[in-house]
Amino acid sequence: MRKLSIIIVLIIIGWGIITSLQKIPFGSSRAKLADHYINEGKEETGAANIVTAVVVSYRSLDTLGEVTVLFLATIGLGAVLATIKRKSERESEKASLILSTGCKLLFPLILLFGAYIFIHGHLTPGGGFQGGAVIASAFVLMYLGCHEEKRINETGSILSESLGGLVFLSIGLIGLAIGTGYFLNNFLPKGEFNTLLSGGIIPIIYIAIGFKVGAELSKIIDLLMEES
Amino acid sequence: MIIIVTLLVIAMLASAISAYIFKDLLSAVIASCMVSLIAAVLFFLLHAPDVAMAEASIGAALVTAVFVIAIRRTKRYEE
Repeated sequence: MRKLSIIIVLIIIGWGIITSLQKIPFGSSRAKLADHYINEGKEETGAANIVTAVVVSYRSLDTLGEVTVLFLATIGLGAVLATIKRKSERESEKASLILSTGCKLLFPLILLFGAYIFIHGHLTPGGGFQGGAVIASAFVLMYLGCHEEKRINETGSILSESLGGLVFLSIGLIGLAIGTGYFLNNFLPKGEFNTLLSGGIIPIIYIAIGFKVGAELSKIIDLLMEES
Repeated sequence: MIIIVTLLVIAMLASAISAYIFKDLLSAVIASCMVSLIAAVLFFLLHAPDVAMAEASIGAALVTAVFVIAIRRTKRYEE
């Protein structure tokens, strides 16, 4: 009886989704906003990667919201885990020499790749969030493979996290103050198209987001590993 | 092209179902990691490299690490 009612509810929900999605013209040229982004985005923002142009230039306020959500999640996790007492050290096998040396060799390379992704966010696919996640995965590798009591430098993590947020917000406020008068206005010169120093404030904001997201995600991993 | 995508989708479905079936939770986590990896490859084939990058680094690496840490704290086998 219970399963039957679940199936009926699922059928009703599926029918509702199908009928409401049938009216949306996917893939046709009726989406005027998308056409505007694709045709005018390069001239208006100076970023070669249109996804970055939308995320950091047209929809930068939403990006600020996303970064804030991630920040709040990290704070919440830290507040929950701080009340749990740290358990005694578990018995665990020591990592072999090959594994720990391999992790130590790979760690700076993965960090470099993450930095490359968020510095070149306006030219190639990727950006602050992806680069930050790659940097956090480097810390995961270090924690899992290299069995030494090395933790993330607390001061460095806090500094890079708060400086990233401060740079993002202050660039937005400077744009509000001296530009044509809206938040996160692209007030810097656009530069030559498809070079590293182009796109005005876009690379600066993406570097700030990369530092912030990398620090937050690796702090989450650090908090969880500390308790286990 | 269509054959590659079909094979990838079949492999994705198989790993998703096995993640549901496995009683060993560590194997289930690895199977769900496989779902994320194949989804990343599919996003790349569908010309969305930005999403593929985020899916590969967050879905395959970070989420798997968080689940493995949680299994280490709790039980490994489902009853």
